[in-house]
Amino acid sequence: MTTTVADHHHDEVPKGITRWLFTTNHKDIGTLYLWFSFIMFLVGGSMALVIRAELFQPGLQVVDPLFYNQMVTVHALIMIFGAVMPGFVGFANWMIPMMIGAPDMALPRMNNWSFWLLPFAISLLILSLFVPGGGPAAGWTIYPPLSVQGGMGVDLTIFTIHILGMSSILGAINIIATIMNMRAPGMTLMKMPLFIWTWVITAFLLIAAMPVLAGAVTMLLTDRHFGTAFFDPAGGGDPVMFQHIFWFFGHPEVYILILPAFGIISQVIPTFARKPLFGYTSMVFATAGIAFLSFIVWAHHMYTVGMPLSGELFFMYSTMLIAIPTGVKIFNWMATMWRGSMTFETPMLYAIATVALFTVGGLTGLMMAITPADFQYHDTYFIVAHFHYVIFCGSVLGMFAGVYYWLPKWTGHMYDETLGKWHFWLTIIAFNVTFFPQHFLGFAGMPRRIPDYSLQFAEFNVISSIGGFVLGFSQLILLVVVIKAIRGGKKASAEVWENPEGLEWTVPSPAPYHTFATAPEVK
Amino acid sequence: MHILRETKMIVNRLKHLLGAGPALVSTLVLWVVPASVQAEWALNLQRPVTEIARVQYDLHMLIMYIVTVIGVIVFAVMFYSIVKFRKSKGAQPAKFTHSTKAEVIWTVIPTLILIVMAVPSTKALLLMEDTTESDMVVKVTGYQWGWHYDYMEDDVDFFSKLTTPQSQITGSETKGENYLLEVDNHMVIPVGKKVRILLTARDVIHAWWVPQLGGKKDAIPGFINEMWVRADETGTFRGQCSELCGKDHGYMPIVVDVVEEAEYQAWLTSQQNSG
Repeated sequence: MTTTVADHHHDEVPKGITRWLFTTNHKDIGTLYLWFSFIMFLVGGSMALVIRAELFQPGLQVVDPLFYNQMVTVHALIMIFGAVMPGFVGFANWMIPMMIGAPDMALPRMNNWSFWLLPFAISLLILSLFVPGGGPAAGWTIYPPLSVQGGMGVDLTIFTIHILGMSSILGAINIIATIMNMRAPGMTLMKMPLFIWTWVITAFLLIAAMPVLAGAVTMLLTDRHFGTAFFDPAGGGDPVMFQHIFWFFGHPEVYILILPAFGIISQVIPTFARKPLFGYTSMVFATAGIAFLSFIVWAHHMYTVGMPLSGELFFMYSTMLIAIPTGVKIFNWMATMWRGSMTFETPMLYAIATVALFTVGGLTGLMMAITPADFQYHDTYFIVAHFHYVIFCGSVLGMFAGVYYWLPKWTGHMYDETLGKWHFWLTIIAFNVTFFPQHFLGFAGMPRRIPDYSLQFAEFNVISSIGGFVLGFSQLILLVVVIKAIRGGKKASAEVWENPEGLEWTVPSPAPYHTFATAPEVK
Repeated sequence: MHILRETKMIVNRLKHLLGAGPALVSTLVLWVVPASVQAEWALNLQRPVTEIARVQYDLHMLIMYIVTVIGVIVFAVMFYSIVKFRKSKGAQPAKFTHSTKAEVIWTVIPTLILIVMAVPSTKALLLMEDTTESDMVVKVTGYQWGWHYDYMEDDVDFFSKLTTPQSQITGSETKGENYLLEVDNHMVIPVGKKVRILLTARDVIHAWWVPQLGGKKDAIPGFINEMWVRADETGTFRGQCSELCGKDHGYMPIVVDVVEEAEYQAWLTSQQNSG
């Protein structure tokens, strides 16, 4: 009797705005992160639509070139730092404690702060668009000397990056502390679900990479205002040094954006193939291998800066090596599907699409690894196509797979399967209509980051823009699906799917406000 | 009474909008109808006219064939699984979780493929980076927003800027054949000569790129990069700056005329006299 009362008291959910402002509950914080990420996805997406509207045909129609450059820059920053990274931290918050049988994250108050830094950081970035001189317009890579020329907007961007970096590092510390210390008895490292593995490796990447970016932008700030000359050749500095530092952060960042998605689809595919994940151990080592390699390949982003031959050779070989662990992962997912008993609910559709289309992005990545050929591809639309296949099809589709997979656990209701399938097919078709033609544009010689282009590029740009608008508006379907599931619908069982693996399916749906107050036993 | 006034206001507003209608419609039509009449639908790299560009093209085709074959195999296996192993067709799930043999195979084969790719790539890179024994040197300086060419040995130098009129950019005039790819002063080089190009910049980083002549290279303030071209045939070749360099990054094209040696000498003399 006393336990029931205690439990009941325990499950009381705080009311009103303070619930969200002061929350230390991992599920609430996860929800905040996920909503924040989705809003940023729509904001960054609208900026992409401005870009596609301008590129619909040659000539200047919609915006002026400077504003175009701001859109290119802020679209990327918002999508990377506002949509994808917080999205995955949202998944981490919701799922890590439930998947390892912990009552909450290890550092709940810090967790609250990690989230609430984000809206302030992104506000600074959006504010920058309205200050004299406008927002950052040097691309998300903010290469000096161009970024030194910009106005106050660049400084606001630098502060945005500082705050976002703080938030990411705090989040990463929390995730590592949770996974290392709070696993249920019996859950050894090699028994952790793959999503946990990918996140712990991602968290280490964050801790190693984010301070490097913070250092780079701080040097940029002092170059801009305090008379230093880190990147100014007139004062003995070197603009290329910024690129080396930036990409030493930037390449691990690429894997920060993709590894948690690999984790999600490694949970989803076994469930719907009704067969355990193939090659668990090799998955773990492949993930670690990718993470290690990510620190020694950075200069493949800057083959054209005029490196010594030996440098170009080293970075070409090391970059090609990444294909091996990445291939292992893709083959493992295929082997998981092989001789399974598959059904194709929306999460599975998204997981399969992630594997298939990420493969396309991975293979074009291999083409770009080849230094001599990259001298033709570098800074063209081929690159734009490549990284959208990797980041949209890898990270974002992987996230969609996760949303549909765990939404019944979060809300307690099944989502609308018909709408989910509409969302899937529209997204996949529109994505390919948008980005596949960009491979051809890049081959034909269209540079990236230009507001206007010569006439030979007109046809594919029309197709790409039409696809872009369909892709953008299709995302509103996801909003409808989520709101419908929150409001009601068919009740979800605790297991939701057919015999899924994992502790998260042992708690009721919706997951109670507090789960695993007593640690479960893992055999 | 109140409703009446409201209605009148709305009608007035509609009238106003309709007045602007024709202009609005024509803008929309202009925006929706693709401007270009010279459909190109180019699918591949531009036709190479130098040894470097040819080596890059061949390498590009080789790697693209390899990745296409890999892609087709991966997709075929996935589609086969999707069709064959469905629950709705009564597929029973197998229980296996690993296979050392399979894992060794799909680690070793990709490694071998990578080695096959690395050999020609390394050769190509060695060729590209060998700027020795050049016949002449041109120093190219990028600036916001145009290029400066300096034939240092012959005392000739000039600026080169976009000539496409603003009216074509804003759409009040029909776009010409070489829209955004035309400049006042072309860079001129002799056919068959190894031209060493030194690259630098005056303000921010630019990148000099003429696809048919070979790859691009960054022009960086305070530093000098080098590359080389030896054109196999005469003709006019066009390219663009390919490193974001500010507002008019999209408006700093490059035009190179490759001419016979005699014509080149004549051009040099005329430049020296006019300079």
